[in-house]
Amino acid sequence: MPGPDSLQGVSTRDTDWEGVRLHVVTGKGGTGKTTVAGALALALASGGKRVLLMEVEGRQGIAQLFDCPPLPYAERKVAVAPSTSTQPGGEVYALMADPESALLEYLEMFYNLRHAGRALTRLGIIDFATTIAPGLRDVLLTGKAAEAVRRKESGRRVYDAVVMDAPPTGRIDRFLNVASEVSGLARVGPIRGHADTVLKVIRSPETAVHFVTLLEEMPVQETLDGIAGLHGLADGGIQAGGIMINMVRPVVLAPDQLRAAASGSVDEHELALGLKAAGLEDSVRLAADLVVELTEHARTAVAQREQQRKLAAPGQPCYELPMISDGMDLAGLYQLAAALRDQGAA
Amino acid sequence: MQHATQPHLDIEALIDDRRTRIIVCCGSGGVGKTTAAAAIGLRAAERGRHVVVLTVDPARRLAQSMGLTSLDNTPRPVPFAARARGARGPENQPHDGDVGGGSMHAMMLDMKRTFDEIVEAHADPDRAAQILANPFYQSLSSSFAGTQEYMAMEKLGQLRRADEWDLIVVDTPPSRSALDFLDAPQRLGRFLDGKLLRLLTAPAKLGGRAYLKVLNAGFGVVTGVLTKVLGGQVLKDVQTFVSALDTMFGGFRERADYTYQLLRAPGTAFLVIAAPEPDALREASYFVERLAQDGMPLAGLMLNRVHKSPAARLSAARSLAAAETLQTADDQAATALAGDAAPVRSGSRAAAGRGPARPAAHSLAIAALRLHAERMQLAATERRVTEHFTAAHPVVPVTEVPAQPDDVHDLAGLRVIGRSFGAEQA
Repeated sequence: MPGPDSLQGVSTRDTDWEGVRLHVVTGKGGTGKTTVAGALALALASGGKRVLLMEVEGRQGIAQLFDCPPLPYAERKVAVAPSTSTQPGGEVYALMADPESALLEYLEMFYNLRHAGRALTRLGIIDFATTIAPGLRDVLLTGKAAEAVRRKESGRRVYDAVVMDAPPTGRIDRFLNVASEVSGLARVGPIRGHADTVLKVIRSPETAVHFVTLLEEMPVQETLDGIAGLHGLADGGIQAGGIMINMVRPVVLAPDQLRAAASGSVDEHELALGLKAAGLEDSVRLAADLVVELTEHARTAVAQREQQRKLAAPGQPCYELPMISDGMDLAGLYQLAAALRDQGAA
Repeated sequence: MQHATQPHLDIEALIDDRRTRIIVCCGSGGVGKTTAAAAIGLRAAERGRHVVVLTVDPARRLAQSMGLTSLDNTPRPVPFAARARGARGPENQPHDGDVGGGSMHAMMLDMKRTFDEIVEAHADPDRAAQILANPFYQSLSSSFAGTQEYMAMEKLGQLRRADEWDLIVVDTPPSRSALDFLDAPQRLGRFLDGKLLRLLTAPAKLGGRAYLKVLNAGFGVVTGVLTKVLGGQVLKDVQTFVSALDTMFGGFRERADYTYQLLRAPGTAFLVIAAPEPDALREASYFVERLAQDGMPLAGLMLNRVHKSPAARLSAARSLAAAETLQTADDQAATALAGDAAPVRSGSRAAAGRGPARPAAHSLAIAALRLHAERMQLAATERRVTEHFTAAHPVVPVTEVPAQPDDVHDLAGLRVIGRSFGAEQA
């Protein structure tokens, strides 16, 4: 796995994921998975690159994030990455991939079955096949990503990287475990062949699975379980990527103050003197109220530190993304992209 | 936080009303639904109800705290009484509002097991075995989008029919969209009863020649493509599956209808849960509108993890200004000392309590004031976001549950939340 100090990829600027071209981003619901995927796409695009950001759950989360109209099943440019003094800006394209369209495209591409495809849609068979056939849905979606990664035009790769806003952690195993899921259904035949191609991309060093988490018990546990689970997937394991810790708030207390506050022994008298010195009235009662806030802050910080320690265990690089406190917008997204770049994630 | 005219949602009254038989906790993922459901269950038991909490995907430690160690589909008694197991602290002491005489059970949904049970109940043993072994059934029962929702509803119906509890609190599956919960059961029902499945079974069932002819045209395309894309064996599996399930269609529809009616019955209360964040509240809005459309009884919105300050009289701006004042004073003191020693930065360890002038004496106050300002800003953002909801739904009762400093993972934590239900809201 390429780490920060790996020798490969001696380019102008080393990142932790040199050589990775398919970035799969997962995370528990509510952790900001789509936002982080968007920020990562922006970060990867800077320096004149072209990146495809792909959504697979039909929620139009990317359109909301980039403040554009709902996306069709087509690749649309949604943002530009900022240029630097030495390098031009890059481009982020977005695609909302749904299994029905992917199946129709697949049928047309490989079997020239455009008309049959329409008939099948009318009869509900496309819906049927993509919902019930085990793994078919997933192999179509991961297949679309693999196709974009490999696509070339006049000898040149169309996309430098593909970022996939993948299903949440709870479903990522099944989603990526395409080969074994499909093999239960089709031991031979074209879909099996397709699955094998997808598999080759997914378990290669070109693919990494990143986990988005908050410093809370459940998302951290799901992250650790998810990383542990990757080794057993796709006949030989899928590369674990980085851990993106989202919505991190700075700790305002010095270490000794934090310890004291967490154990409930804030020096209320000292605090009251300080408040009085600042010219605030009723400093004694105010101090008592602020002690409550300090204690809660300290307890949260201590609990978060514990979660941070757990996240360090698997040895994957961790990246911290600041809390955007006045609501997420495009400016916030660029800020997160910069944080990812500064920390070497892209 | 809510508008002055916004009605207050009194959860304690909802629990105390013996006519309330089912409370459905819904909302988008990551807003604390499971915790809220468990806290409501615990409080209801404290208030003398016989309650069962149906959870779908609880955090491990929370599940353990309720005595749930595995997905076994069986309600387990929860030792909810305060002072159980030698617990200390004020939250573990009996509370004025405790009534006594209540009981609490909790269970975790095993969706595949629930589905298997339906099959076993509606088909003879041979046929049931045939269905359970079919790869399509296995896919449908473990991964079809909506199966979890459908099975949660099915389990709710079963618990209600068992009639062993006078209150059922349901936590809905962690779907991305709150609406999935209402739509998925019907989607599954429609699917199982759909045109395509009929088409696939029809040639075997119907003898009418003209009908058969039309069907065969379509059927030929279907089989052709399925065989081409998926390989030979698949179609056979599908047909086996469909004809085996055929006998159960009526049963599926009946059950779905029963549960749907149960949801609309007067004893049911929908509680929409949201965090004060744009996405969660947008989902909450959709859900509230949808419940109204479907004639479902909405109790109100529980706004979870709201940040409040006990010192709200001190504004963010004044707090920051005061911190600046102290910082300047500290910096000046440090500069004055710099002639004798190395410069001392306020807030650093070396500054704490050393030297006669104690140059960083104010670091604690500075930290407290900055923290307070941040909290006030966060509270203001949350208020702004919440107003989008309350402005659009001025008649929906709202209650707020304060953010807890730690993850809630034990009964004491649930009790703290539960007891806040009865408290007067500022």
